[in-house]
Amino acid sequence: MYLKAFLFAGTVCLICELVLDNTKLTPGHITSAVTVIGALLSFFGIYDKIVAWCGAGATVLIANFGHMLYSAGVAGYAESGILGLFSNLLCSSGIAIVSVVVFSFVFTMIFKAKD
Amino acid sequence: MNKTEYQKLVKTLSPKEPKFRNAIMAFLIGGLIGFIGEVIVNILMESFGLARVDSYAWLSFILILFATFMTALGKFDNWVTKAKCGLIIPTTGFAHSVQSAALDYKKDGLVTGIGANIFKLAGSVILYGILSAFFLCVLKVVLYG
Repeated sequence: MYLKAFLFAGTVCLICELVLDNTKLTPGHITSAVTVIGALLSFFGIYDKIVAWCGAGATVLIANFGHMLYSAGVAGYAESGILGLFSNLLCSSGIAIVSVVVFSFVFTMIFKAKD
Repeated sequence: MNKTEYQKLVKTLSPKEPKFRNAIMAFLIGGLIGFIGEVIVNILMESFGLARVDSYAWLSFILILFATFMTALGKFDNWVTKAKCGLIIPTTGFAHSVQSAALDYKKDGLVTGIGANIFKLAGSVILYGILSAFFLCVLKVVLYG
């Protein structure tokens, strides 16, 4: 499992690095694309298999953000229909958004920009 | 000297990106984050008795805390220039972009600075993540009920 996690996360980063170096895309383009690809893989039911196969190797990637959004949305629809889809979509990925906002705001208040 | 010649000259004189080294670095660092993540997940499961899914959530929490803290200390930027996609593609890159945007615009004030710019870079990830996930959910509902 450790080796699989290393290989999967490493390979995804390697591919992204090759795309970054050989095209004019910025890191912003690539992270957005990886997120959308994560949601797509989740749609086809592949991402769950990847997580089962290599564990944290798949969940540390930003693609997991898309995967969590999609699976939370589907779970919300199953629970309470269209309204559930809207209210549940950010449910599990809320951890990432809320923690990043809280931490970065607190640290921004404490630290100064280094140049 | 015409324009194309000039561009050729610029190309030969500008420093060459060490593509091979970048790729290797991205592979090693990205892999290392996956590996450490797996170690942390196993520690959480065994020492705290958490379920695997909860450990993944705690792991992303820990990674975000680590990345924002290191960015605030000013260390993360140097690491990103070395490891490139190895740190950008994992969740650490998301946290780094939010934290560095917040720090950069701190001087412009709470609302017009931090408030307006905190999601300057990470906003596209959130926007397209939500859009794609939403329409895929709708597609799934339409196709499979």
